[in-house]
Amino acid sequence: MEKKLFTLIVYSENIAGLLNQVTAEFTRRQMNIETLNVSSSSIEGVHRYTITLWAEEETIKKVAKRIEKRIDVVKADYYTDKEIFMQEVALYKISTPKMLNNKQVSKIIRHNNARVLEINASYVLVEKTGKTEEIVTLYKEFVAEQCLLQYVKSGRVAITRDYNEDLSEQLFNEDAKRKGINR
Amino acid sequence: MEKEIIRGAEALMRSLMNEQVDTIFGYPGGSIMPVFDALYDHKEDFKQVLVRHEQGALHAAQGYARSSGKVGVCIVTSGPGATNTLTGIADAMLDSTPVVLIAGQVMSSVLGTDFFQEVDLVGVTQPIAKWSYQIRSAEDIAWAVSRAFYIARTGRPGPVVLDFCKNAQTSKVAFEPTKVDFIRSYVPYPKPDEKAIAEAAELINRAARPLVLVGQGVELANANEELKNFIEKANLPVGRTLLGLSALPSDHPLNMGMLGMHGNLGPNVNTNNCDVLIAVGMRFSDRVTGLVSTYAKQAKVIHLDIDPSEINKNVHADIPVIGDCKETLPLITALLENVDRKEWIDSFADYAAIEEEKAIRPAISPNGGPIRMGEVARRVSEATGNSAILVTDVGQNQMMSCRYFKFTKPHSVITSGGLGTMGFGLPAAIGATFGAPERTVCVFSGDGGLQMNIQEFGTIMEQGSPVKMILLNNNYLGNVRQWQEMFFNRRYSWTPMLNPDYNKIAEAYNIPSRTVSDRAELDDAIKEMLETKGAFLLHVAVMEEENIMPMTPPGASVNEMVFE
Ligand SMILES: Cc1ncc(C[n+]2csc(CCOP(=O)(O)OP(=O)(O)O)c2C)c(N)n1
Ligand SMILES: [Mg+2]
Repeated sequence: MEKKLFTLIVYSENIAGLLNQVTAEFTRRQMNIETLNVSSSSIEGVHRYTITLWAEEETIKKVAKRIEKRIDVVKADYYTDKEIFMQEVALYKISTPKMLNNKQVSKIIRHNNARVLEINASYVLVEKTGKTEEIVTLYKEFVAEQCLLQYVKSGRVAITRDYNEDLSEQLFNEDAKRKGINR
Repeated sequence: MEKEIIRGAEALMRSLMNEQVDTIFGYPGGSIMPVFDALYDHKEDFKQVLVRHEQGALHAAQGYARSSGKVGVCIVTSGPGATNTLTGIADAMLDSTPVVLIAGQVMSSVLGTDFFQEVDLVGVTQPIAKWSYQIRSAEDIAWAVSRAFYIARTGRPGPVVLDFCKNAQTSKVAFEPTKVDFIRSYVPYPKPDEKAIAEAAELINRAARPLVLVGQGVELANANEELKNFIEKANLPVGRTLLGLSALPSDHPLNMGMLGMHGNLGPNVNTNNCDVLIAVGMRFSDRVTGLVSTYAKQAKVIHLDIDPSEINKNVHADIPVIGDCKETLPLITALLENVDRKEWIDSFADYAAIEEEKAIRPAISPNGGPIRMGEVARRVSEATGNSAILVTDVGQNQMMSCRYFKFTKPHSVITSGGLGTMGFGLPAAIGATFGAPERTVCVFSGDGGLQMNIQEFGTIMEQGSPVKMILLNNNYLGNVRQWQEMFFNRRYSWTPMLNPDYNKIAEAYNIPSRTVSDRAELDDAIKEMLETKGAFLLHVAVMEEENIMPMTPPGASVNEMVFE
């Protein structure tokens, strides 16, 4: 089976060591994480991990279940790019003298819909939000003009195209969890 | 009510009592001393078993858990004490055994400084435990201990690790007993899906050649009766996994034998002849499936499991029935029709006849020659009225005793399945004498495996544990030797082994023993072993180069078993 880029969205309790438990499932299969974003979610005390990686669908399916099985993980689902809205953000530090000597540089900033966050005598700080390809295109254009001092790109953040992902039922429906046999 | 102010170590005692713990296996050391000091005042509340190596403590807790159905408990020190238990943690994880390990840890103020005997136990155990947690303050104890027991015993059971910082053991806390029975991110008993139940029942009703594969899940759920009703109502033949052997009495007419690499011919071959395969609480391990790409391809598969991550892991399930099989089995049974499947059931007998001739008779009633492992196992089993608990080590002794021991009661087989841990048997058997004190506990070991935890003779001596030890001595690391014979051109590299005088070792520990090399003496020696009060070592000199047969060779399909 061919490998595709998947986005794995994991909700978990906010406890120390959780990331380790999540990534252990990748480590044991020698899967390489492409990007990783961790932050709080809309539910208090619940953290959200957005992870992208290349994998076969069979594998990612099993890995998602194994991650969800961890006690403190609430939910783990995987998506293809068609099923989500996604963005990344990048920062570019440009040499001010080079920009002043080369008109092309400010054109590049405008054409790519990038934002200037700060200008001083030595550098210009540029920000760009968008898809990976847009961010990389801008990077390459700056490199071609030999004006780039520093560059950093974030991991992906993503939101599903579904109307909402209702975690609260899953989290707060105590009855459902106590069902089964009393031992 | 006024809360009592007590030390953390005492709070642990109260919390353990709150979980009805009656037995603790362990070994002391620096960073857990306050806890052992507290144990000094609780000699009436817990049986306290000092092992001789922490690996033994963990395996003993496993033996206790599997014989009793309760959670096994271990307490050890930090660093080497904790790392010595890792094999047992991994073993308990793979075999779904409920144990709680409480390990000492350095004071939380010095964590991360490479303090004496500091090991990142949570980090090390996370991938091999069901849950790992560090207790850094005494306020955490009641909650963490209760949560640990809840996680260990519910759902698919497993090992839980509590890493207990020394400052939390010594500081004072206003103690209040806690009972955790809900974790919002954890669904131990998924609700059965009515549609899946109905579909499963319909598929079984229409099946001409159904085969049920029974695993340890049935025993863990205490669903032995539910299983019996299920198979009897619709005449469903059964194959059992190694860990599921006592889920159904051996002599039940629908029991067709053991699955797996060294299992019985009938259930293995018929796995690839059946039209509906019904897996109950088993995980399609590679030892059971053989070559997975040719495994039961002709059959529709129904998979009953409590763990959703087992569904479609190794074998595709056409109908997954997720839930506790104590709940799901009766729901399906209610919808089953009584279909006569005589012809299909009889087909197993043809394979049984072949196996009887080629493997079973030579193994249990040979015409002369050295004693065989199989005959020892069968005779010990019969001498106990087939009612003993079988504990095994790993290797040929394991496969042969599991093949030829018979079971009449639930919770009667304790063996290391998933991890295949040599050295498991002896300490697990000690644990089983505490978990099921009313039963006879027989442990079969090889000469290699016995020596991996032979120091536990000391525990037997001190505790007076009535362990009936059967050492099947072939002077080889036999299982590896068999592979060398079959697949490595008989090059016996590192497998012949010079053995010590086992009777002398036993004697040094005050354990009565006897050596048998003559078949004529075997029954008498078994009788002596069983009639002797307390522990006994029966040292049997068995055939040196015996092979376990039949066998599904590595890379072969489940229906391609060989006899030589
Ligand atoms: C801890 C550990 N080390 C190594 C092995 C690999 N191994 C499996 S069976 C076996 C030989 C066992 O020899 P013995 O205990 O004498 O039993 P026999 O097979 O001869 O009955 C070995 C070395 C293992 N399973 N566990
Ligand atoms: Mg041996």
